[in-house]
Amino acid sequence: MALEQIERETTIDAPVERVWAVLTEPEHVGGWFADAGAEIDLRPGGAMRLSWAEFGSVQARVEVVEPPRRFAYRWTAHFAGDAEPAAGNSTLVEFTLTPEGGGTRLRVIESGFDALATSAEAAERNHADNTSGWKEMTRRLADYAQRVTA
Amino acid sequence: MLSLLAERGEATATTLAGDLPVSRVAVVKHLAVLDRAGLVESRRAGREVRYTVRTERLDATARWMAGLASQWDARLTAIKRMAEQS
Repeated sequence: MALEQIERETTIDAPVERVWAVLTEPEHVGGWFADAGAEIDLRPGGAMRLSWAEFGSVQARVEVVEPPRRFAYRWTAHFAGDAEPAAGNSTLVEFTLTPEGGGTRLRVIESGFDALATSAEAAERNHADNTSGWKEMTRRLADYAQRVTA
Repeated sequence: MLSLLAERGEATATTLAGDLPVSRVAVVKHLAVLDRAGLVESRRAGREVRYTVRTERLDATARWMAGLASQWDARLTAIKRMAEQS
């Protein structure tokens, strides 16, 4: 198993266009992801904002829009606060939709954890706050970065 | 290298370099990185430094990644349910 990225897949008994709508329309995204709402400017480079009742919101950016087959976005990790997603503070989520029979094979890959961990470690060293919950997460991310280079 | 060290239980940079196709210098550098990250522990034994794996830290990392993967499984399940609803 490659630890550098997370890869998951499912088969859905609905056509690709329907799955595409669930993935990209804000009112649907709120149902499987950002439970306090999503704003999506659905074009390459378009801004996104994803909000959770418990965690607040983060910025994201659309990277790939190829309906109805590919949708990808980069979203800022929680430890980086309200920053724009950039190399080192974000991960990339890529959805691929493939027609299969009358349904859809949906695959998701989330990547970029090694770059994230290196930055998280630097952020932790620079940050004076030792009480917030992300400190533990940055520790785990730093561990992970070292692990995948072992 | 971490799995090799875990297998051996404890080793010096020299013995690890003997088992791997890399120089001892490279092994020492890498062990320092792992030590700083808290994934290995070191102790001096005479003129040698012996390293062991901190398995509880490795396990925490693996658990964290597994947690992220589970989150995606849950999201895919929700997407499937929503898409299949008429």
